[in-house]
Amino acid sequence: MKSAVVIFPGSSGENDVFHILNNVLDERVDLVWHKTTNLDDYDLVILPGGSSYGDYIRPGAIARYSPIMKAVEAFAKEGKYILGIGNGWQMLLEMNLLPGAVLKNANLKFICSDTFLKLENNKTLFTNGFKVDEIIRMPIASGFGNYFCDEPTLQELLTNQQIVLRYCTDDGRLTPEANYNGATANIAGIINKEGNILGMMPHPERCSEDILGGTDGLRIFTSIINKLKGVNI
Amino acid sequence: MAGDLTYKDMGLNDEEYSQIIEILGREPNYLELGMFSVMWSEHCGYKSSRPLLKTLPTTGPQVIHGPGENAGVVDIGDGEALVFKIESHNSPSAVEPYEGAATGVGGIIRDIFTMGARPIAVLNSLRLGELKNERVKYLLDGIVAGIAGYGNSLGIPTVGGEVYFNSVYDNNPLVNAMGVGLVNIDEIALAVAGEVGSPLILVGSKTGRDGIHGATFSSEELSDDKADKRPTVQAGDPFMEKLLIEACLELIGENLVAGMQDLGAAGLTSSIAESASKKGRGVRVDVSKVPQRETNMTPYEIMLSESQERMLVVPIEGAADKVIEICNKWDLEAVIIGEVTDDGMFEVCVADEVVGSVPVLALTDDCPLYLREGAEPEYYKQHKAFVEDSLAEKDIAKAFLDLLASPTIASKEWIFSQYDYQVMTNTVIVPGAADAAVLRVKGRNKGIALTTDCNSRMVYLDPYKGAILAVCEAARNLACVGAKPLALTNCLNFGNPEKPNIYWQLQEAIKGIGTASLALDVPVVSGNVSLYNEKEDKPIYPTPTIGMVGILPDIDKRQDMAFKKAQDLIVMLGDFSSALGGSEYLYICHGLETGQVPEVNLGKEANLISLLLQGLADKIFNSCHDISEGGLAICVAESALAGNLGCRINLVANQLRKDALLFSEAPSRVVVSINPENVENLEKLADSLDIKMNIIGEVTGSNISCLVDNEEVIDVTLDKARQVWGEALKCIMA
Repeated sequence: MKSAVVIFPGSSGENDVFHILNNVLDERVDLVWHKTTNLDDYDLVILPGGSSYGDYIRPGAIARYSPIMKAVEAFAKEGKYILGIGNGWQMLLEMNLLPGAVLKNANLKFICSDTFLKLENNKTLFTNGFKVDEIIRMPIASGFGNYFCDEPTLQELLTNQQIVLRYCTDDGRLTPEANYNGATANIAGIINKEGNILGMMPHPERCSEDILGGTDGLRIFTSIINKLKGVNI
Repeated sequence: MAGDLTYKDMGLNDEEYSQIIEILGREPNYLELGMFSVMWSEHCGYKSSRPLLKTLPTTGPQVIHGPGENAGVVDIGDGEALVFKIESHNSPSAVEPYEGAATGVGGIIRDIFTMGARPIAVLNSLRLGELKNERVKYLLDGIVAGIAGYGNSLGIPTVGGEVYFNSVYDNNPLVNAMGVGLVNIDEIALAVAGEVGSPLILVGSKTGRDGIHGATFSSEELSDDKADKRPTVQAGDPFMEKLLIEACLELIGENLVAGMQDLGAAGLTSSIAESASKKGRGVRVDVSKVPQRETNMTPYEIMLSESQERMLVVPIEGAADKVIEICNKWDLEAVIIGEVTDDGMFEVCVADEVVGSVPVLALTDDCPLYLREGAEPEYYKQHKAFVEDSLAEKDIAKAFLDLLASPTIASKEWIFSQYDYQVMTNTVIVPGAADAAVLRVKGRNKGIALTTDCNSRMVYLDPYKGAILAVCEAARNLACVGAKPLALTNCLNFGNPEKPNIYWQLQEAIKGIGTASLALDVPVVSGNVSLYNEKEDKPIYPTPTIGMVGILPDIDKRQDMAFKKAQDLIVMLGDFSSALGGSEYLYICHGLETGQVPEVNLGKEANLISLLLQGLADKIFNSCHDISEGGLAICVAESALAGNLGCRINLVANQLRKDALLFSEAPSRVVVSINPENVENLEKLADSLDIKMNIIGEVTGSNISCLVDNEEVIDVTLDKARQVWGEALKCIMA
């Protein structure tokens, strides 16, 4: 398998994701410029975090018009796998590849913090290495992390088990206090109905090495790799 | 606005104006006068501070470039170097806190990548007034949001810093930002002008009317009409800066650059003059080529604008097209605005018409220097005469809680959680976890440690000793995480140097920095001066902020401040002290800012640092935390809170006052926790370095308890302590 991590003007998470795939996991991965229009070589596309286009207008609102996004849309239609992290998730929302939107954090401030998360769906390509309802720890770093969707959408997400991650306390309770940014139903990550596109606010690439104090993030990447390699073999 | 300012409005005095006439052999025109005034401001010309700064030690085997470049450069082995500098953005932040602080970060980051280094970390040092003042809250809120807004957007982690609150900063907040970059030694770029005929390429933002005379304005005292100077505060665009970083590093990586200079204070005038002066060249600039954001800008406005996110690039021969192509790839405008000449003149033209012409070196090297006379202020001896014996006894348990709730001591999570401190995935010791930030260097065993420090109350009470304490604390903080201190950068924030008492503070503090820097072998490799920090004749405390970098040979031997294990012994390294002068305890519990600054013995400090480094290398210490604001009691409490483990301390008074025993801020002291089986090892080590060690207690239970002569004076549950310490700043700012 081979992954593409997209570089947008202003994005900053691409090197962190590249480091994990290339140096920690020794996988084939390319950094791909946002003007690229062909993603045929790749099995996985990662839209990284950061402030593409300075977050002007809204986070992800300009990046969604980058030349590469036509190819990303086609990639999605083919059922190939896309992971959006932070700003990458915001782009997927802007492209309507995932439902809902993000708002400014409820406290109106940027929040950088470790969070506890409840892993609610382990039957996805991205999370098959976890137990269902397992409590994991990953950091968030965002000003617009407050996921919002209307009631019918929320019901649909629930019905289809599209909610993958939710903010919780260290013992797994979905309280308002654990909901750092005020997200609808404590939502920290969702998947599309077809199951090939995951968007998440926490940063798995920032907790994929012991030296950084946690490795729960690494299991997102190994889940994907193990499954994709299994499929390809 | 063009044409209506006199030379006095521009901050020049009669003698300086006469000197300009002498240099030119005629009266300067308005543009030339503007160019002289910004280059001869304190901010650019260091006219009051340069003679003093010359006395600082700046060399050592670790130093690759000292002062004189955009930032200092130190060798960290493996062909790599750290590039770092601290800089102030005080006056803009006093007027417009968000943009002032944001552009402070932008400016210091440009200094780093201008040298060819990839910026890897930002730190900050903030001073604000009392938080009961609504405007101070507004300032803190805006300053923190501005630092966060800019740094987070750049994807550069803000990994550390410090903040103190005192009413002397009510109207004069200090915002000092330190930038740190990593570079391969053979890729360091310097600010040289290239060969005669080389084009000058301006890259980045268009030039507007913002920030004109910013350098002059920051070299004056604040007055009430300063709010009217809002247009002189620039607005930042971190997205543009991020593109500049990537483009400039690509240009350097491709070997296309002869010289590079960012546009900071005094804009085009300063960056071009400083580039050209390095080789004794001249320059010819056509301002009509400069991309402009506004219409009808005059040459004066274009040359003095401080619009942000602009770089001047001088390509190597034949590389101009390639430089422009790479900039365009990053969607950046890049335009040739002039060329290097051989006549030593700075010529400003509009197309073919020359509108200003001055010798380059007159702007940079002829800036007048003032060797002023300092005078010891009245207050100095009065404060020194204070004796602790006259102090009333206070309830120790209450004092302890009051100190935990003091904004200067309380948890800074409200601040650092707004900063992205993890991006780039190198931050292995995060804010609040230890005395210094630690970053790994990917692919290497080594790590780097970073800190900023200055207790300005101590500097006020005794500028010489206070400055020594600041350098010592920075070095000790680095040693506490396992890093050998390498070099320092300083940001000298003072009042009006034309007043003899202020000049005396400056003189004494610089002398102190020099003394400590020599004794601890941490040369001064870069710095910045911010004078005239006063309003209505009320100066700030003299605040020589020290930024220091250190190296950990083995990143796996780093240490933080958290107690790790019940039954570990708690040991104080260093001496018990009766000194309460300048302490947070006197300030918070007695309303006093006075006393004799505690003595510091530099030999002992150096030995303590050696002890810490050796002990960490031998893996003896399970936690390390230096004793600073709030003294021993607060130090122990912070380690307990960080580890979520209680402790029981039992001290012997030995004729010392209880409050001094617990709250003295005497230097050269550290609290460590160790496994009991390491006592002998530590004793041997401490003995060999002549450092006293006292086993003062153990890690146990879920309370923070202190006994003096077997009598309990503090007994607080961890939960209660966490609530008081953890919520104080959050509640005030909510």
